[in-house]
Amino acid sequence: MFEAILLTVMTAATPLVIAALGELVTERSGVLNLGVEGMMIMGAVCAFATAHMTGSPYLGILAGIGGGALFSLLFGFLTLTLVANQVATGLALTILGLGVSGQLGESFVGLAGTKLQPIVFPVLSDIPFIGRVLFAQDLIFYLSIVLIIGVNWFLFKSRTGLKMRAIGDNHGSAHALGINVVRTRYLAVLFGGACAGLAGAQLSLVYTPQWVENMSAGRGWIALALVVFASWRPWRILAGGYLFGAVTIGQLHAQAFGVGIPSQFLSALPYAATIVVLVIISHNRRTTLINTPASLGKPFVPDR
Amino acid sequence: MRIELERRARASTAFAAISPLLALVLTLVFGGLMFWLMGKDPIATLYTFFVEPLFDVWSLHELVIKAAPLILIAVGLSICYRSNNWNIGAEGQFTIGAITGSILPVLVPEWQSPLLLPTMLIMGMIGGALYAGIPALLKTRFNTNEILTSLMLVYIAQLFLDWLVRGAWRDPQGYNFPKTISFSAEAILPELLESGRAHWEAVFAIVAAIALWFMMRFMLKGFEVSVLGQAERAGRFAGFSSKKMVWFAFMLSGALAGLAGISEVSGSIGHLQPSISPGYGFTAIIVAFLGRLNPIGIIASGLVLALTYLGGEAAQLSIGISDKLSRVFQGLLLFFVLSCDTLILYRIRLVFSRNKTEVGA
Repeated sequence: MFEAILLTVMTAATPLVIAALGELVTERSGVLNLGVEGMMIMGAVCAFATAHMTGSPYLGILAGIGGGALFSLLFGFLTLTLVANQVATGLALTILGLGVSGQLGESFVGLAGTKLQPIVFPVLSDIPFIGRVLFAQDLIFYLSIVLIIGVNWFLFKSRTGLKMRAIGDNHGSAHALGINVVRTRYLAVLFGGACAGLAGAQLSLVYTPQWVENMSAGRGWIALALVVFASWRPWRILAGGYLFGAVTIGQLHAQAFGVGIPSQFLSALPYAATIVVLVIISHNRRTTLINTPASLGKPFVPDR
Repeated sequence: MRIELERRARASTAFAAISPLLALVLTLVFGGLMFWLMGKDPIATLYTFFVEPLFDVWSLHELVIKAAPLILIAVGLSICYRSNNWNIGAEGQFTIGAITGSILPVLVPEWQSPLLLPTMLIMGMIGGALYAGIPALLKTRFNTNEILTSLMLVYIAQLFLDWLVRGAWRDPQGYNFPKTISFSAEAILPELLESGRAHWEAVFAIVAAIALWFMMRFMLKGFEVSVLGQAERAGRFAGFSSKKMVWFAFMLSGALAGLAGISEVSGSIGHLQPSISPGYGFTAIIVAFLGRLNPIGIIASGLVLALTYLGGEAAQLSIGISDKLSRVFQGLLLFFVLSCDTLILYRIRLVFSRNKTEVGA
């Protein structure tokens, strides 16, 4: 029983963790991409459509990643090449993503999806209690863990990661040192888009293997809040993601058991929890200032 | 090939005027291309989408009905965005305004008085303003990002409305449909003309736009909005309080969104139901930017965006393409507006040579 609940919590948490991780890298480079919701839903529709047509959920995953990444390029072109306002462009990406995905997915509504099957590690999965939870999951869950370790290593142990953080903290100085600000940011935005796309693929291939319009239901925005919650540190994303996964699943169970609270109030819990968590994290102005990449959201035009 | 930007000595007034039009043309060209790829005749489809609705009285009324909430919300948002407060939760403030405005006609239907309608409108404005006050409070008191909080509150407001119309406020004689009792005649916002459904919300929208245009152009408050938005430090030296500005911008835009909400319910729907808006609060963000955050420009851009809603419906009926295309058009339009705005501050150059101009590390 407990194991089963834990498994559903992990399934609910994985897309949040992956999308937030991608956005974390983007924001570490100093770019605020509010279009996570739009890239996620594009990933979801591309993944579902591809998996449905080819019968292979793995091709679906690739399509999801590709869809999210391509979509993020649009954001990159506007904010990095044309230095448009990042907040407004991110909103545009979300609005466009919700529209385009609704249009693309129209013929897939109500069709049975192709569920991504778990990959079971033979011996490890027999370990009592943790075996089934950790070693009999689907590919995207394993990827989420690999991504956290990878991003953490990249940001804090690699040279390119150091450069990226430098750009995020002061793009003027980084540029003066000869670091290519715009190119690095393009890559960071692309990575964020690919992650959001992968998160979307998880939604339409694992979490609920079907296509429903607006199925991301605000998860992209929660992922954005998670980045703030994690104060731009990869491992804390894991904690935050699982906390939100637990709230989501907890309210679903509470609805099923009928605890006497109207279902709408329970459904509002993840959103209310996001607000509460944001308040707790950001009320200390000084720590927020220290953690936030200093160039976040500021436009950059290389002077020559 | 690379694209390089060169900062203009001063913002180009020519491009400031042309950029929204350029964005419109690009959206139409792109949209035509999209229709062509879908195997439809691009010209004929665009005609059905954007021109045909303008030719009959019924749809002109519908155009005004859809433009009014967009303009009302967008002029409020323009003050927010000008002062650098990112309220993106207008959809939630719209919903709460509709709810608080409906308290009297739903709970006290026997109260009939000429004062009923004005009271409803004021209660709607108060509801919207208070709901927008939440992100303002969290921003000023706890330093919380207003983008995320105002957006989360949209979901909460919609769920609250859903609970009301299915639970506490459900019409007992409504055959279990999720809706409240229908408003009495006294509680309905009257129509403007004999010829159709367009109602007084359109007048509120025009009045709000002109009032805010006047404020931004001729009043100290308007100057305060611009200064704090463009250079917060300079504003503080001038003695302006950025905290008060957060409150002002949020409460004002919340009140206008709330007014739009109750006007919509009272004028167009006549009762509360789970879904009362086709995304007006989000589309208004596009309206605000297409109108270049200028209240008068917003009147024009509100009409344009209202046309995308109408065109979507028309195209669905006559050509059989999905009305979701209007969302695509709206998104595209915002993209092109934002890209064209680059031309105001920068000259764009295409560079074909491969020589690197950066200083080596």
